[in-house]
Amino acid sequence: MAIRVYVPMDTTACALGADEVAALIRQQAITRGLDVDLVRNGSRGMFWLEPMVEVETEAGRHAYGPVMPADVGALFEAGFPTAAQSPLALGKTEQIPYFERQQRLTFARAGVGDSLSIDDYVNQAGFEGLQRALTLTPQQIVDEVKESGLRGRGGAAFPTGIKWQTVLDTPATQKYIVCNADEGDSGTFADRLLMEADPYQLIEGMLIAGLAVGATEGYVYLRSEYPLVAKIFSEAMRRARAAGYLGENLLDSGQDFTLALRIGAGAYICGEETSMLDSLEGKRGLIRYKPPLPAIEGLMGKPTVVNNVLTLGAVSTVLEKGAAFYRDFGTGRSRGTISVQLAGNISRGGMVELAFGESLRTLIEDFGGGTATGRPARAAQVGGPLGAYLPAHLWDVPLDYEALIEAGGMLGHGGIVVFDDEVDMAAQARFAMEFCAVESCGKCTPCRVGSVRGVEVIDRILADDNREFNFALLEELCDTMEYGSLCAMGGLTPFPVRSAVKHFKSDFLCGPVNTH
Amino acid sequence: MYQPQPDFGTPAPITIGVPVQLTVNGQAVTVPTGTSIMRAALLAGIKVPKLCATDKLDAFGSCRVCLVEIAGRKGYPASCTTLVEDGMEVVTESKRLTALRKNVVELYVSDHPLDCDHCSANGDCELQDTAAAVGVTASRYDFDGANHQDAAIDDSNPYFAFDPSQCIVCYRCVRACDDVQGTFALTVDGRGFESKVVAGQIESFMDSDCVSCGACVDNCPTEALQEKSILELGLPVRKVTTTCAYCGVGCSFEAELKGDQVIRMTPDKAGHANEGHACIKGRFAFGYATHKDRITKPMIRDSISDAWREVSWDEAIAYAARRLREIQAEHGPDSIGGITSSRCTNEETFLVQKMVRAAFGNNNVDTCARVCHSPTGYGLKTTLGESAGTQAFNSVDKSDCIMIIGANPTEAHPVFASRLKRRVREGARVIVADPRKIDLVSGVHVKADHHLQLRPGSNVALINALAHVVISEGLEDRAYIEARCEMPAYLKWRDFITGEENSPEATERSTGVPASEVRAAARLFASVPNGAIYYGLGVTEHSQGSTMVMGIANLAMATGNLGREGVGVNPLRGQNNVQGSCDMGSFPHELPGYRHVSDPAVRALFESEWGVEIQPEPGLRIPNMFDAAVNGDFKGMYVQGEDMAQSDPNTHHVEAALKSLDCLIVQDLFLNETARFAHVFLPGSSFLEKNGTFTNAERRISPVRKAIDSLCGMEDWEVTMALSNALGYKMDYSHPSEIMDEIARLTPTFHGVSYDKLDELGSIQWPCNEGAPEGTPTMHVDEFVRGQGYFAITGFVPTEERSTRRFPLLLTTGRILSQYNVGAQTRRTPNSQFYSEDVLEIHPFDAEERGIVEGDWVGINSRAGDTVLHAVVTPNVQPGVVYTTFHFPLTGANVVTTDNSDWATNCPEYKVTAVQVTRVTQPSAWQAEQKEFNRKQLGFLEKARMQ
Repeated sequence: MAIRVYVPMDTTACALGADEVAALIRQQAITRGLDVDLVRNGSRGMFWLEPMVEVETEAGRHAYGPVMPADVGALFEAGFPTAAQSPLALGKTEQIPYFERQQRLTFARAGVGDSLSIDDYVNQAGFEGLQRALTLTPQQIVDEVKESGLRGRGGAAFPTGIKWQTVLDTPATQKYIVCNADEGDSGTFADRLLMEADPYQLIEGMLIAGLAVGATEGYVYLRSEYPLVAKIFSEAMRRARAAGYLGENLLDSGQDFTLALRIGAGAYICGEETSMLDSLEGKRGLIRYKPPLPAIEGLMGKPTVVNNVLTLGAVSTVLEKGAAFYRDFGTGRSRGTISVQLAGNISRGGMVELAFGESLRTLIEDFGGGTATGRPARAAQVGGPLGAYLPAHLWDVPLDYEALIEAGGMLGHGGIVVFDDEVDMAAQARFAMEFCAVESCGKCTPCRVGSVRGVEVIDRILADDNREFNFALLEELCDTMEYGSLCAMGGLTPFPVRSAVKHFKSDFLCGPVNTH
Repeated sequence: MYQPQPDFGTPAPITIGVPVQLTVNGQAVTVPTGTSIMRAALLAGIKVPKLCATDKLDAFGSCRVCLVEIAGRKGYPASCTTLVEDGMEVVTESKRLTALRKNVVELYVSDHPLDCDHCSANGDCELQDTAAAVGVTASRYDFDGANHQDAAIDDSNPYFAFDPSQCIVCYRCVRACDDVQGTFALTVDGRGFESKVVAGQIESFMDSDCVSCGACVDNCPTEALQEKSILELGLPVRKVTTTCAYCGVGCSFEAELKGDQVIRMTPDKAGHANEGHACIKGRFAFGYATHKDRITKPMIRDSISDAWREVSWDEAIAYAARRLREIQAEHGPDSIGGITSSRCTNEETFLVQKMVRAAFGNNNVDTCARVCHSPTGYGLKTTLGESAGTQAFNSVDKSDCIMIIGANPTEAHPVFASRLKRRVREGARVIVADPRKIDLVSGVHVKADHHLQLRPGSNVALINALAHVVISEGLEDRAYIEARCEMPAYLKWRDFITGEENSPEATERSTGVPASEVRAAARLFASVPNGAIYYGLGVTEHSQGSTMVMGIANLAMATGNLGREGVGVNPLRGQNNVQGSCDMGSFPHELPGYRHVSDPAVRALFESEWGVEIQPEPGLRIPNMFDAAVNGDFKGMYVQGEDMAQSDPNTHHVEAALKSLDCLIVQDLFLNETARFAHVFLPGSSFLEKNGTFTNAERRISPVRKAIDSLCGMEDWEVTMALSNALGYKMDYSHPSEIMDEIARLTPTFHGVSYDKLDELGSIQWPCNEGAPEGTPTMHVDEFVRGQGYFAITGFVPTEERSTRRFPLLLTTGRILSQYNVGAQTRRTPNSQFYSEDVLEIHPFDAEERGIVEGDWVGINSRAGDTVLHAVVTPNVQPGVVYTTFHFPLTGANVVTTDNSDWATNCPEYKVTAVQVTRVTQPSAWQAEQKEFNRKQLGFLEKARMQ
């Protein structure tokens, strides 16, 4: 009987040589006359172990990693795939502590089977949420989502059920479901991971959203830098269509839902929902003012659910297992699980899905294992490039939307970027302004001009040019951007800047930034 | 002192909903639902600083200067994008807001130093005003930072320059180009601080799709987009509200002046026809009024082979009167006549016809509308009872399907086209019936659902086929027909129209339009709640022009599309006062108000007012005058503001007629083509130099107000009055308002019109009388003017002008945006940089067959004559059809056109001429002769000027 071997078809794994590893494994198997069934699964999210090769045994999945192309020969010499005494052997995948300690709901299937196999998906409870949704009225679906306490995972944490209710309650000839997959925050990759490892879950979530609000068309707006996702997700849509999950009269339910993938315009700002809608309509990605909310006037001016990949992913769990099941995870007003992405200067980078409430320190130190350089950690930026820098002494804050805000930060899309003690926090503050200057859509003045002036003012502070005056000017500028900007891009840029000044002021007093 | 038009920041809500009460700074304010906080505050006299907001454009929310505080809401919402709600408590001034606004404006100023003393916009700049209002005089940011101060100026457009260094990226220009004009020529390239306004695909304005409507310039808050006239001459200091003298849209403008110099024309937001929009002609092409070719002194001569002599007004008038009386003495009272112009005011036109009837003593008066829209008058009068369009322009905002027949609004009625296209972008459906692929067939964000690309001359077959489908498929509005129309006539018409010869399958042979397209278009038109028909000269200028107008009215009645907003039959008038010149009775058979001269009661009314006897028999129409002249029976002619030698068909015949006159009196701004045959030249006054009124295509009477003194010393109405007095018929008006009072006294549809009321209301759509004291935007509301609508039988009779072996192609004519009519005005402006010669459009198949390539000289021969043009090879025309414009005299388009004309009104069949086209090497013999004749006549003018 064939031995099943898994090599992830995941952007990170492939970047580290997974395709070559897969080819070499095939080659070795043929040379050695071994009956190997090679499966390209998704990643388990333990990126520091990628390429992580798994073998299916009667006792469960055994992992090896990181397996570099040069390691493949030795691995087979050591007895791979049946049993290998190798320094790369990690034991049972599910007993790897990093994995074992997680509470995987959204990512429960990630990396288990062939990402593109509908059978694998269905065998792991796939489409059960959809099947249940088909038995419910739209209002019942919306109520279920409301009761689950699910909030938008894109960063704004708006209650999903309330958004859906608005779309449901707005009469229109056409409504849309738009999935925001323009994952642009630094140090984030959970959307990509999900779409590569478990694409049908997103499709299922969008179908449920469509049933809930009466939308018959969906669009996925995908970050242009994710070509592998585009390939995998397009194939998944094709297969879902062929299997009757998409299109007219899906699953003989009398309901229609068509889905299309659109590649993003390559701008960070197109991840902002209104800008994304403009971009989807074929226009420049320019921020729209709100209200009107997209839920009332969204894509093509029609009521539109705009949700992040992880939000729509979570919906399938909510419908499958029920609102109460999902709500039982988490703390305070943050219900369910959060998919944290550990990145930056960190020893064990990867995705960790946990119920809300675990401390930032646990994530960075226990899961992440401290810095990759081995030097003391100094700061972490949580929630993407617009998130605050939190010094290590504040890391006991629990990961929960409200607690992070109270600590002067934000949870955002769950990205955590760690820095060691060699980081120049003045350079990071300058970078925040520079990032805004480069990525601003240019519509509103505080963001368009303010960010450029921000860089210049910080440069003058660092050059000790009228330093106190310029510190005061920077403070006023941050105020202007925070309260005057049209969207969160300009509005949140002051957060990393201010947190750097507040917690690391000394870095601003020791000379010009090395911008290289 | 000059003041810009007031601006309330955001437009009034489209639908007036229930009133909302709120407080702004403690002051109670009540405004309609849908109003922005900014507008509510500004209406209440509370200033809110702003930069990206203007009530000419939808709110955008980018400048962040108009932030306010609202009780119970966090943050600082922009007042332009936030709508009022009941009970809202808004604060527009606080320490926090002041600081925020100052900081935002300071950011602007950091890339736009307040060097106002060196700026042409000093005193008319919203950044300057806003900076002053929030108290910013300089920026705390160093000027050595990133900036755009070295950006290159684009001065490619003849009328305005773009200086990106002065741009504040408010997007007002882009929004105006997109939302108001609908051309989408501008965009912002790049993002963040690199955002810059660009034309086309990062081209110069001149190379881009820009149509120079000027909306971007008008909307620019700074000097970034500025009129060159202001860069050269400075800001205007006074303004006069008046009406454009170009097309029949009749836009209202503020002529902005410095001394006697017009600096710019700014469309009037309160103007009902244009609501603040304009086109290249109205906004920019006013330079002809002071062009060196203007003739400002009267001239006379004995014969057209003599040089001109400049003389005094008295001498010229006395000479003209003497010659006219001598002719009448020798050839009889009917041997002279007058021609009025659709370019002159109502008062001038009224006066000319009055002079002809009272002083000449005959009915030999006709208007140039004879050659454009006379079939409209006849056709609509017959079917509906009134010789005019049925709607106001803003009616189109409520149309669900717009059918455009033989009109090209994008080029010829651009301001209305912008409005129409906006409605199309909102979702209205479009049907275009035109031999050519016009812009509305497939333009930017406009695509016709059906293009019925018919062969020239087959209009009536097409309209009958559309009506055939409506009736035979049971799509007609039976209840409407029964309630509103004359049933016996309808039943007779129904029998006729359902005849097999009118089916789309049968008419396909004549029209060339596939039957399936006709059926689909008819079904669409009949299916919508509001279907509107707009048409132009492509309908009227045919041997069956009047039949076609009636066919259109039939279709509108059959589908229940008359008598409310969003529907109607709408002639798009070519010139500014086509409607008015017809209303004013400058027809040989009708007195003012379309009343026949044979009616004794009507004559009695005028006779008692004028104190003369009026002839009961109709006089000569323009073509009859020409024929009579050639026969030697007609010898004297007074022509006010019309140029038959260029604009009337069959130039050879027209020139022969003019040459045979003993006395031709021409009153015009320029020595036009007709004036080359004249004996007396009376200088005219441009629309800037006189008072009066124009009536546009929607029956809107709008005031023309004197902005500067007449260059020649007499306004046109004064000249006519002097001539009449010299002829012995006493006229004594001190102001055109008195002429309007006389018109109002004598004309039931004008009873309520007066200059005072025009000043009060801005403009008035007639009928304006006891029943409708403020005018009538929509006609035929409860019943038709004639009582019941009349379905006229409209049998299709193919024109005799058809393609033959000798003349295998059909020539049709049209207009271009930048030039106007015979071009007398626009050719004397930089508009010629956009279009400097008439060309012949020919389909690639026909071109290839004749060995013609783009740019070749091609000869066009018809049975009337021949001329030569450059060829443009384009699939916009269908095979078998060629197309040209007639804006340039040497084009000689009318040398080729024939004397075929409408059976009812003699409107010439300009739109169909059978021709042959061949490749040639040089201009025609006629063109060479014209050049020589022109040279000689201009020499005569030089002699007069050198005296």
